[in-house]
Amino acid sequence: MNIHEYQAKSLLAAFSVPVPRGAVAFSVSDAVAAAKSLAGDVWVVKAQIHAGGRGKAGGVRVCRSLQEVELAADALLGSILVTKQTGEAGKQVNRLYIEEGLDIDREFYLSLLVDREKESIAFVVSPAGGMDIEQVAADTPDQIMTLPISGDEVSLEETASMAAMLSLNVDQTDEFHQLACHLHRMFGQTDGAMLELNPLLLTGDGHLVALDAKFVVDDNAVYRQPAIAELRDLDEEDPREIEASQFGLNYIALDGHIGCMVNGAGLAMATMDIIQLKGDRPANFLDVGGGVTVDAVCEAFKLLFSDDHVKAVLVNIFGGIVRCDIIANGLIEAIKTHPMRVPVVMRLVGTNEEEGRAIVKNAGLDVRWADDLDQAAEFAVATAQGVK
Amino acid sequence: MSVLLDRHTRVICQGFTGKQGSFHSEQMIAYGSTFVGGVTPGKGGQSHLDRPVFNSVADAVEQEGAEATVIFVPPRFAADAIIEAAIAGIQLICCITEGIPVQDMLRVKQEISGIDCTLIGPNCPGIITPGEAKIGIMPGHIHLPGRIGVISRSGTLTYEAVAQLTSTGLGQSTCIGMGGDPIHGMDFIDAMKLFEADDQTEGVVMIGEIGGSDEENAADYIRDHVSKPVVAFIAGATAPAGKRMGHAGAIISGGKGTAAAKFAALESAGVSIEHNPTLLGERMLELLS
Repeated sequence: MNIHEYQAKSLLAAFSVPVPRGAVAFSVSDAVAAAKSLAGDVWVVKAQIHAGGRGKAGGVRVCRSLQEVELAADALLGSILVTKQTGEAGKQVNRLYIEEGLDIDREFYLSLLVDREKESIAFVVSPAGGMDIEQVAADTPDQIMTLPISGDEVSLEETASMAAMLSLNVDQTDEFHQLACHLHRMFGQTDGAMLELNPLLLTGDGHLVALDAKFVVDDNAVYRQPAIAELRDLDEEDPREIEASQFGLNYIALDGHIGCMVNGAGLAMATMDIIQLKGDRPANFLDVGGGVTVDAVCEAFKLLFSDDHVKAVLVNIFGGIVRCDIIANGLIEAIKTHPMRVPVVMRLVGTNEEEGRAIVKNAGLDVRWADDLDQAAEFAVATAQGVK
Repeated sequence: MSVLLDRHTRVICQGFTGKQGSFHSEQMIAYGSTFVGGVTPGKGGQSHLDRPVFNSVADAVEQEGAEATVIFVPPRFAADAIIEAAIAGIQLICCITEGIPVQDMLRVKQEISGIDCTLIGPNCPGIITPGEAKIGIMPGHIHLPGRIGVISRSGTLTYEAVAQLTSTGLGQSTCIGMGGDPIHGMDFIDAMKLFEADDQTEGVVMIGEIGGSDEENAADYIRDHVSKPVVAFIAGATAPAGKRMGHAGAIISGGKGTAAAKFAALESAGVSIEHNPTLLGERMLELLS
């Protein structure tokens, strides 16, 4: 689960990590009031959306008067920001963060993540801050260091190697050690999956400040982070994905034509892949999960049938824990309110497959049956092309 | 022979008396596993499915000689359940539970690192040696005792591959689901070592997916150490970057962990890659004939 920059900064501050002074704004008048309360003569107006690349997309404006703050806030609020990470549709800006402007000496990159190979929390640091870190990794990999933290705390040796990478002097290294310890403690106590400061700033007077912040909490641990759970912003998520998650369905919207319903994450991905091999593209990823109910399956079919992009639906169930009759009954329930407006191809095998097929056939539904996944994908692609 | 598990392996279940634990324990017993009891704290001394219930894994080891365990306890208690089993001396720990916080798994890996045991999972279907025994949730009837080892990050996609190996008559020696979490126990390399050394195994089907670098590491290992034919499929060629595809570990982040990169690494290591997940059995049959 992602949170906004201003929320991440408030978490950082709670763990004694220096951040610029700032205030959130939901309206233009909020924004001007926030700037007034911060004093100074330079402000930064930052669009708050759950996506990186805001600066390049015009979502971060440096203002040198209250009037400029007002104009920037007016331009950004309600606008659609298209960044490298939002996709073509972009994201609507509903919140702004107004910050004091700071004097910049140097910009670094610093993040914490769970290192899957080393099986520990790791720091990633680079002197090339404020840039697209993927690009830095591709162009100048020697400018990035990944450092797994071996103990419960960041050691002085570990700090020293990171400080050397950033060419910090002795005083700055002391300050960096404090910062690294605070960040590591925060990451552990808040169940972080990713914490990124890009850039981490070295100010003109030689201090370290988190100028930008991105924080992702481990979805599996949200239950024990109630304060962070409250920061969830549903406006940032696809409404279909929210609806699906309420029924325990794992749904991700994509941009193809074939709606998919599958049990199991791996098989769901493989089903998407084979659709592409056969010459079309999936409209979604949908894993109904192991403990699925008729209600949830019904909801899943409604989601697929109400998506205008969907030209055909492919159901691929290899029933182990999931029973084929539950899938069939879910379809029967769904069409009571959402007619089957596109062709449905079904491949039902495994637990209660005969029963599942019988339920669909007895209801007189015009479903095309496939014997295996390869055939199912072929049928689905052929029917979708026919409809288009 | 098979790897890790046979009909004599003495199996228990942690979370034995719960709904999932009960249902799947029954299935494991029906399949022929030597199932010697279960653990549910506070219910020690009772009987369930005609097997004894213990308060702790240590009691089950002491009184029934338990060697392997399957864990169904809820996510918030699962990390401690794994550690408890390892400390009690269980050799083979299979954790089915999905949804364990990733930092809990970091703690698990640290605490069991010095203990002689094999962890499979979490968030996995388990392990089966067809015709002998199963520990986990996979449907037993689709399997056939045979010649091919299977190692996979996925559950139902493994069943797909298993069904193909069964219909081609190749069958399986042992099938291992390593699970979909980013921090996990056994990996592809561990399984390759076992399959390479196992007489019954003539080839290996490996099923990877996007995220992490387990497949790339496996490719390096296979190049130098595996003489048996390997067929590989990677799920998620069409998955968008930055989105978690159902499994906690299935995510392309920072441009890393794409299916294309994994396919390429495996192909360069001499692995027979297959982009169509329905042709894994046929491909293996070609390689062996």
